[in-house]
Amino acid sequence: MTATDTGSIIGVDVGGTFTDLVLLSPDGQVRLAKTPSTLDNQAFGVLNALADAKADLPNVSLIVHGTTTTTNAVLERKLCKTGLITTQGFRDVLELGRRTRPQAYGMFGEFQPIIPRDLRLEVGERMLANGTVHSKLDEQAVRDAARTLRDMGCESVVIHFLHAYANPDHEIRAAEIIAENWPNEYITMGHALLSESREFERGVTAAVNASVQPLLQRYVDKLAVELAAKGYKHDVLVMNGNGGMVSAQSVAREAAKTVMSGPASGVMAAAYTGQRAGYPNLLTYDMGGTSTDVALIRDAQPAVSHEIELEYAMPIHVPMVDVRTVGAGGGSIAHVNAAGLLEVGPQSAGADPGPICYGKGGTTPTISDANLLLGRLNPPVKSGGESPDQMKARVSAIFTEKLGQPLGLDATAAAEAVLRIANAKMAGAIRMVSISLGADPRDFALFAFGGAGPLHASALARELGVPKVLVPCRPGITNALGCVVADLRHDFVRTVNRPLDTLIEGEIHAAFAEQIATGSALIDKEPITLTGIRHLFSVDMQFIGQTHLLRVALDSPTPDRATLQRLFEAAYFDRFQVELDDIRVNLVNVNTSVIGARPPLDLSKLIDPTGRKNTVTDAQTDTRRVLFDGQWHDTPIYWRDHLPLDAEIQGPANIEQMDTTTLIEPGDTAHGDGEGNILISLGAIQ
Amino acid sequence: MIDPITLAVIQAGLQQVCDEMDLTFSRAAFSPVIAEANDRSDGIYSAEDGALIAQGAGGLPVFVGTMQYSTRTLIEMIAEGTVAAPQPDDIYIVNDPYLGGTHLMDVRFARPFYRNGQIYCWLSNTGHWPDTGGSVPGGFSASATAVEQEGLRLPPVRLFKQGVLDTEIYAIICSNIRVADQRIGDVKAQAAALKVGEDRLNQLLDRYGDDTVSAAIADLRSRAADQMRARISEIDDGTYHGVAYVDSDGVVNEPLVINLTITKADTTLTFDFAGSSPPCLGPMNSVLATTLSSVYLAMRHIFPEVPISAGAFEPLNVIRPTDTFLDAHYPRPVSGCAAEVSQRIAEAVFAALVHALPERVTAAPAGTSGNFALGGYDPEKDRNFVMYQLSGGGYGGNAQHDGLTNGCSTIGISKAPPVEIMEQAFPVLYHRYALRENSGGAGEHRGGFGLDYELELLRGNAKASFVMDHGRFGPQGALGGQDGAVNEVEVWQSGHRHVPEHLSKEQDIDLAPGDRVRVKTPGGGGYGDPAKRDPKLLAEDIRLGRVKA
Repeated sequence: MTATDTGSIIGVDVGGTFTDLVLLSPDGQVRLAKTPSTLDNQAFGVLNALADAKADLPNVSLIVHGTTTTTNAVLERKLCKTGLITTQGFRDVLELGRRTRPQAYGMFGEFQPIIPRDLRLEVGERMLANGTVHSKLDEQAVRDAARTLRDMGCESVVIHFLHAYANPDHEIRAAEIIAENWPNEYITMGHALLSESREFERGVTAAVNASVQPLLQRYVDKLAVELAAKGYKHDVLVMNGNGGMVSAQSVAREAAKTVMSGPASGVMAAAYTGQRAGYPNLLTYDMGGTSTDVALIRDAQPAVSHEIELEYAMPIHVPMVDVRTVGAGGGSIAHVNAAGLLEVGPQSAGADPGPICYGKGGTTPTISDANLLLGRLNPPVKSGGESPDQMKARVSAIFTEKLGQPLGLDATAAAEAVLRIANAKMAGAIRMVSISLGADPRDFALFAFGGAGPLHASALARELGVPKVLVPCRPGITNALGCVVADLRHDFVRTVNRPLDTLIEGEIHAAFAEQIATGSALIDKEPITLTGIRHLFSVDMQFIGQTHLLRVALDSPTPDRATLQRLFEAAYFDRFQVELDDIRVNLVNVNTSVIGARPPLDLSKLIDPTGRKNTVTDAQTDTRRVLFDGQWHDTPIYWRDHLPLDAEIQGPANIEQMDTTTLIEPGDTAHGDGEGNILISLGAIQ
Repeated sequence: MIDPITLAVIQAGLQQVCDEMDLTFSRAAFSPVIAEANDRSDGIYSAEDGALIAQGAGGLPVFVGTMQYSTRTLIEMIAEGTVAAPQPDDIYIVNDPYLGGTHLMDVRFARPFYRNGQIYCWLSNTGHWPDTGGSVPGGFSASATAVEQEGLRLPPVRLFKQGVLDTEIYAIICSNIRVADQRIGDVKAQAAALKVGEDRLNQLLDRYGDDTVSAAIADLRSRAADQMRARISEIDDGTYHGVAYVDSDGVVNEPLVINLTITKADTTLTFDFAGSSPPCLGPMNSVLATTLSSVYLAMRHIFPEVPISAGAFEPLNVIRPTDTFLDAHYPRPVSGCAAEVSQRIAEAVFAALVHALPERVTAAPAGTSGNFALGGYDPEKDRNFVMYQLSGGGYGGNAQHDGLTNGCSTIGISKAPPVEIMEQAFPVLYHRYALRENSGGAGEHRGGFGLDYELELLRGNAKASFVMDHGRFGPQGALGGQDGAVNEVEVWQSGHRHVPEHLSKEQDIDLAPGDRVRVKTPGGGGYGDPAKRDPKLLAEDIRLGRVKA
């Protein structure tokens, strides 16, 4: 561990639209930057953001980077040419999938496999399910296949053999053979990232890894060179989808783990902020222009899943923060359907042309436009030659024509209806996420971020029965903040799959001990300052005969059988209100997360303390008429950066800041905490 | 008069109640058919006539609308006094196919939902049990000739009486089904889902008021009907004809024909199955509820935006297909109705309406559940086993693109099990699991490709059974497209090739170690004239070896 406390720490997150940056200098100052993302080469956007923040790179001691390089590459299929060498008879597994269709109803849909058929080659070899060799590896065939793929221009290669999780010998030997003549290190073995059965999921995970590896390596190399040229002397750390970070030098080896790193870092920031504010149990709600991400945090730990599906038939089975996307964002389009009912979404106006109020040619009513009509959002000062009043009049006319007339409502009532339906639907979707993770939303606080999150949060919380909303200092740059607060983290899963009553406790204890040792060794190698190492222990269990698993957290890595049985039964009852006394229990997985904790940061300085005024009144910039529940209210508008740290505000109120608008509804109360957060207490929860 | 906004919010609320029931049922269930394959459905039904109020979005498509018939029958039988009257917290169990059901394996629970001492509505769910007794494990006998051979038939009886499981009824059930020891988990999961539904529906009613919700339910029903009518009005007036064939009934080796005439007039569609085959000897009969549901699910595939409710079905007038195999009566065997016949009915609907709605309807999908069952004895584990390999096939080409490869059955949404899991659990070795080349029907947009798999029995002994379809005629092409490849089954016994006489159906074929089974599933039908296919797309198919030059 080197002394990294002496210089500035920078978190920089490249999102789909903006590159966000947080710089914390040793004297406690905070600088922020938001620059357009440069998606072809994200490094330019990063450098622009650094320049904007006037980062003095020779004196920066740590840069932590969240990147969408791999996510975009997979979604847009802009992948490196990658070959597959697999078991005779099974080259089409990646194209066949699990016999599904994209949606329950409608016989349409397409699927493009991640590696095309001509680059998928078969060799003789076969393992049985118990790991014994059925037919031995045809080494010459491996050599020939590797040469063929190289001649066809493949840059990376996947070796994916049936049952390699049970016995990886053939994959390891094939990798050795290929390495003799492969021009680089981009050789991915299927079992190495995910040592679990299910050939499609393991194969896709490996194929994704291989086909983004070279891209990610080139990207981080280029970035490192650019940063070094400007005087940066240390390693760049890159966020992984599990909410931890790894050194740029090693990140490409397991490149698939960086898919979903952006959403993960936002959730990490939420967990960190929530814990410091005294709210370790959160539902996070990140509402952007086209979609909304939802995640669950218990005891300051985000729920992690090993079974994320990036899109239809694209499973990536490595541990990642379990972020679920629900279909609504500010740009979701409202329309009246053939039954005369108002619907919001799933179509979106996207970012271009976007909502009408973006002034970029949009002509369909959206959620953002409804917020504008009701006074909840401020119209842009000048947009496409229109004044704010002209803009509002135009939005109003469109609402009247497209929604109001068919519904028998005026434009305002139509706008209110749009929000009511959008909020009811989003709340329903959040509820489904919550209960599918085994949690009652009422036991959580709602953590609102993203550009549009704090505007809808109170309404959603009311709908969900959540009593408290937490709005952090900088909702619009939460992902970048996640980069600077994230810990080092390594997750381990070991499949045991044995009935609890035949289990040898010592073997379980040994499995935990081995996971702890491996994780600690990895963390020791990273050159950054830590305040300590934490462990999270859990087991996945089920009643024998079930296929779904229930995760049970453990206090210690040395549980006895009786404790495991008791904890599982309690968790099961808690979840389903069902007791099954006569059925035996299976212990499927032993899980450990090893976490290297970073020094704490003072978040209140994310809003410049010197800008804060002494009274709430001093922070008021305006009064605007805002519609709540059918009534117009003269509503004070506050500038967030000017509010005293301990501000106390009765709704209705509107709090504006550079990156978002927070709405306090009548009957609700907001108060600032010492961390710079705004906490909204809901007046009447049904 | 209820305002349209409150209406939309209540609609979302009712949907949410059902979705939460679906989720609870799947997550708590033991049977992989329910937990993994989501072969289940949950819904809310009217107290008067069982009409469908709302149904979970994640329910198995073939259950669209079926539970309203079983619930209606239950309500009628209670009124007649042929079934005991309900008390709060009772749950009825029923699987009788002729009382508004599908096949025996689909077991329904129905729970009266009380408000202020009155039944406000019914909550009901269906789960596919892995076994309900009968001559073959799993219930899919290819050669049954009476329902008694297919399993235990339960009339509506109260399995839970005021919240307490009736252990006597349960003991009778358990004595008549295989792997009974794990069913208690599924029974409790199925009951727990209804309890979740009750709690959530009470919350909704408390919030909006019983009268408002009742008014909303009535209004939503008429609006769903309006919505379906609006879609139907996109169709030109006239008569549309579609035909589909079931290979055989499994007993008599003759094709069964579904002859469908759809008439569009005003804003209704009338479905007339006159001219279809008479009731058959083998298990490919369909009960009326399944026939109706198959029409509804086909229409929902065409108009997925119309919410599922009784109102949506009102403009769909299905003439009862009396004296055909699509309106089976006791004791006709029916195990094939939900898995296979339903898909042929949907195919007939697609074939008729693709002419009317060429942008909305695809050429025929593979349309078979591809049920291959292997039952036997594994000496290594010293136990009997029953293995199912369900497989997908190609989807039909369509106005937008080529058909999907290896999609699931038209009536299902479930994933196929991985080869690795199958080999862990059963004494088999797969030699291939491959894309079936040249199987997609040619067209401007070709059909998707089927699956080609081959496996070997490693040890012990086993009997193979097949309930598949499209072995005689491939999935139909549309608008000039060609048919997809037919389903092919071959069994290699001691080096000799055996092809089932009925092509896609046969029961109890003996396998010894080293014997092999190879199945090639159908490709989808092609869409449009193959001559109009973009030469670049054709060249790409050839380059990738999916199509021979």
